[in-house]
Amino acid sequence: MIKESELKIEQAVYREIVPAGEYFIKVLKQGQTLRILDLEGNQAADTLFYNANDPAERYSAMDTIREQGNVYLSTGSKLVSNENNTMLEITADTCGRHDTLGGACATESNTVRYALDKKCMHACRDSWMLAIAENEQYGMSKRDITHNINFFMNVPVTEEGGLTFEDGISASGKYVELNAHMDTIVLLSNCPQLNNPCNAYNPTPVEMIIWD
Amino acid sequence: MTKASADSAPTAGEILYEDIISPACHWSLRMRKGTSLKLIDVEGGANVGMLFYNPENLLERYNAPDTLKAQHTFKLTKGNCLYSDMGRIFCSIVEDSVGWHDTVSGNLTKKLVEKKWGQKSYQEARNEWTQNGYNSFLVELAKYGLGKKDMAANLNLFSAVGVDEKGNMKYKEDNSKPGDSIELRFEMDTLVLLHTCPHPMDTAKEYPRKPVKYQIKQAGSVYEDDYCKNYRDENTRGFRNNEIYHLGSCCND
Repeated sequence: MIKESELKIEQAVYREIVPAGEYFIKVLKQGQTLRILDLEGNQAADTLFYNANDPAERYSAMDTIREQGNVYLSTGSKLVSNENNTMLEITADTCGRHDTLGGACATESNTVRYALDKKCMHACRDSWMLAIAENEQYGMSKRDITHNINFFMNVPVTEEGGLTFEDGISASGKYVELNAHMDTIVLLSNCPQLNNPCNAYNPTPVEMIIWD
Repeated sequence: MTKASADSAPTAGEILYEDIISPACHWSLRMRKGTSLKLIDVEGGANVGMLFYNPENLLERYNAPDTLKAQHTFKLTKGNCLYSDMGRIFCSIVEDSVGWHDTVSGNLTKKLVEKKWGQKSYQEARNEWTQNGYNSFLVELAKYGLGKKDMAANLNLFSAVGVDEKGNMKYKEDNSKPGDSIELRFEMDTLVLLHTCPHPMDTAKEYPRKPVKYQIKQAGSVYEDDYCKNYRDENTRGFRNNEIYHLGSCCND
């Protein structure tokens, strides 16, 4: 559901532009709101969430869609952990639909999806691996790299059981906002994918904006 | 139970072992490349939660999103391959009389059992207790030094959840009939974790208790014209990744 935010940009406490192919990792405090802004349109923001006090509790795509009874995420979606607690809630969304079934690109899965000789091209899971390696204070390892949300991605499921990657429904300036119900580690890879027509083969920056 | 005699090589399709997993139970086993696991829904309406790990590197595990997006599918059936997060194929679905298996709904938890049907403790109900899939996997994971961090999105074989044009999910009743089966041919050595607890969206009035029969079979050779290998171009490339992984192996065929 489309819902615009009432938050004012001049009251934001933190702003950071994340170029495609880079990662973002930061603790969002309980009560804070994070906006992910698609600066140029049809970008994919591959995002994972963890309980900052116990990262073994993390966003669970399967528990989230089952508990809300719908496979797409938008305003009102409660993002549920593997312990079935609400971690965050989507409080504003000008895109209308976000994917959590398609997972993140990886060098290995690129060999399957596109061609074996694409195996060394940059991918989201590599950005996450670097993020956890460079930020040892979170105590995370590959075991923590699980199934994510692809903000701004459009992956429709059909009644016959098909799943397709359609051109994005996002555009320059569209955003999604998440209010944290617990202290949450946000781990985002701004997708570097060069092989998928859904971003017009053109990965672009996103901005992360936080309000108290 | 049948067993191949020690001095003759088993022939393709031969049943090497068979047994029953009782309702609301869990188990794990190592499947070798070149064998297959046939699961049979004895009474109809069964659910089998399943996870895969590479026994050589437990960090390589079944990845539902990679499996779905590689094959542009939401449901799993004959021809589909079940992928690891490392671009390899744990197993191929070589036979399926059901037509739709779920991999997006996760597991029943203690809380969900309580909400749907009410909890029956072991003390009170013994083998008739209302075990849940989440705890079942925790027990099997712990046997291999793994924990809740390692519990990836699982398969729910024999169960189906459809999606309407708005994305609303609906559990399909009567998806699997008595005698329905699925056969998984293993394309690499695989640690298989499984449980027979109900699907988390099962609409039955009472906690359903369904046994599942399983057979370990000798698989046939995988030829160039193999159905699963040619089901999609992505699968042909997945099989190539497995071939590369097994280069130099003594038993590679």
